[in-house]
Amino acid sequence: MPAAQDPRATVRLLSEQGTLVESDANAAWFDIVSGLSESQLMEMHRHMVVIRRADVEAGNLQRQGQLALWIPSFGQEAAQVGSAMATKPQDHIFPAYREHVIARMRGVDFMRIIELLRGIDHGGWDPKEHNNFHLYTLVIGSQSLHATGYAMGLALDGAFATGDVERDQAVIVYFGDGASSQGDVNEALVFASSYQTPQVFFLQNNHWAISVPVERQSRVPLYRRADGFGIPSLQVDGNDVLASYAVTKAALDDARAGRGPRFIEALTYRIGAHTSSDDPTKYRSADELEMWKRRDPIARFETYLRSLGVSDEFFAAVAEEGEDLAADTRRRTLALGEPPAAKMFQHVYSDPHPLMEEQRAWLEAYEAGFGGEA
Amino acid sequence: MTFDTDEVIDTTSDATPVAAPEAEERRGTVTLTLAKALNEGMRAAMRADDRVLMMGEDIGTLGGVFRVTEGLKAEFGERRVLDTPLAEAGIVGTAIGLAMRGYRPVCEIQFDGFVFPAFDQITSQLAKLTSRHGGSQSFPVVIRIPYGGHIGAVEHHQESPEAYFAHTPGLRVVSPATPNDAYWMIQQAILGNDPVIFLEPKSRYWPKGEVDLDAPAAPLHSSRVVREGSDVTLIGHGAMVATLLDAAELAEGEGTSVEVVDLRSLSPIDWEPIIASARKTGRVVVAQEAPGHVSVGSEIAATIAERAFYSLESPVLRVSGFDTPFPPAKLEGVYLPDADRILEAVDRALAY
Repeated sequence: MPAAQDPRATVRLLSEQGTLVESDANAAWFDIVSGLSESQLMEMHRHMVVIRRADVEAGNLQRQGQLALWIPSFGQEAAQVGSAMATKPQDHIFPAYREHVIARMRGVDFMRIIELLRGIDHGGWDPKEHNNFHLYTLVIGSQSLHATGYAMGLALDGAFATGDVERDQAVIVYFGDGASSQGDVNEALVFASSYQTPQVFFLQNNHWAISVPVERQSRVPLYRRADGFGIPSLQVDGNDVLASYAVTKAALDDARAGRGPRFIEALTYRIGAHTSSDDPTKYRSADELEMWKRRDPIARFETYLRSLGVSDEFFAAVAEEGEDLAADTRRRTLALGEPPAAKMFQHVYSDPHPLMEEQRAWLEAYEAGFGGEA
Repeated sequence: MTFDTDEVIDTTSDATPVAAPEAEERRGTVTLTLAKALNEGMRAAMRADDRVLMMGEDIGTLGGVFRVTEGLKAEFGERRVLDTPLAEAGIVGTAIGLAMRGYRPVCEIQFDGFVFPAFDQITSQLAKLTSRHGGSQSFPVVIRIPYGGHIGAVEHHQESPEAYFAHTPGLRVVSPATPNDAYWMIQQAILGNDPVIFLEPKSRYWPKGEVDLDAPAAPLHSSRVVREGSDVTLIGHGAMVATLLDAAELAEGEGTSVEVVDLRSLSPIDWEPIIASARKTGRVVVAQEAPGHVSVGSEIAATIAERAFYSLESPVLRVSGFDTPFPPAKLEGVYLPDADRILEAVDRALAY
């Protein structure tokens, strides 16, 4: 059987050297990018720089015993910022657990994520009050079904394809190359396709599922998985914030307009460890790491912005903002207290439940028996 | 332009047929099978709240393999009665997302043994999401599972998985034993704001019983004395309640007065009637189709021992399915507790 040819090339608008990749194929993407003002471009850079600094600080706090765990996002900033920049306020975002910068872009205080990883909370914010940024999900890929169900709800409500792009809603769900092997993700693709949900599947292929390389997850490029589900897809350079923005904008516009779900594979790299508990030197080469460091998303975009004439003052101000967030995070982390024990029982159920009340009261009495330090 | 795509699907066309003229309000008492009582209960819930959705395999056009959802698609349309792809995790996982959107999904799992592909979504997600959200979001999802034996079916079609769910914080677990309870409990489950595992005793789908259409007999999470007696208390749920009543009748013929408690709710358990009955008779036998090891029956035995110790004349005895996989159907009569095995336990209790 002759091999099928796949005409889709990886979308890249900004080279590793920070110069624009002009081509006929890219013209449509540049049309989309041209809708971004210079201040929006600077905003994207700011988000990437500031989260990277905070990410490093959080890793340090973990090493100093202040956090139980840290989940670095170092290296994946462009895929995350570019795609999130393409969402509208009314869109719903279902993250995995590494999308710290998107949380911030949607108004979640970075401390809420710190608290998750310090062991103070399992959730941390109300998605309704944080611009529809849903909670992190640690079981790999489970959130894909929640996102699809939510998008089915949008469809039932007629909340998309109304002709009013400021009202139409869509869902974007983030997951990784490891998650692409999960049953839940595949079932989400089936349901999304069957019900033609207004939804974008955004796969960050950071090349490693802890220690297992992406080649073990799939023998074909992951974006081609979508073909079998009947979902249009493409691959993008996830370290190119402009390309990540452009493809996500197009995909979300398609979804909002009622053209069905879309699938994006963003090629990126986890420069850091999977989590602070991981040691990547045991499974990947220094050469590979160096190669990906040369593709750094932030350096590339800074070069581009400087070519536009963005001033030194801006870059200095952004660096300072990163330092401020890092210092603020450190100060506030050290000031965190313990959660009250009664919190365990508080919201297990929405309606009253006799066991919760009974056990909360028992614990209170038990602790009072030690001198009222409940 | 950028994604290869063709058509624009029309989301504004509403496949829901125009609602039929309101049927005459039926009040008073009617005689229904348990399956029909569930059907009527769900119909009432769907009429009362258009956010109530049905989801599952074969539940629409076919009306479900047990016909429990028969006619609902015809009345409410395919946008409220979803014949889903064949994927149990997908059904429960998308129901969770629909609940986040404000819907109240009622999922049918076709058979007890097929709930396990959805087990992760139920126990790791659905059960924990209210807590994870700090109460800012409710998850009113009902998962209906036809469960239990006595139907002579193949592997995975006769199991009693209640202990897994009763063991899981964040879930509620109930099981009706009569058509009247089926009619009301399904509506109460749908009306509540928490996830409910709704276990339907499939061997009791077809016997008929009286259903009072005017008022529920009891709150959802209440257990109930369904036969009064003074010598021994029998406790069970679902299809077992009928077996316990048979055993009680037989025991009466031998001069033993037997009280029967229908658990109705397995999580939470309403202890008051159970403890009161244990104190009254001093002898308790708990019966269930499920394997006995680490089961709901174990919890009941332990709690009665804790709370009614000085009233007991004998240890609380358990009659259960054996701790084996549910056997091939030709052996189900041996595996499933029947009136004789319950009476054997009653005799043992009385011998103390």
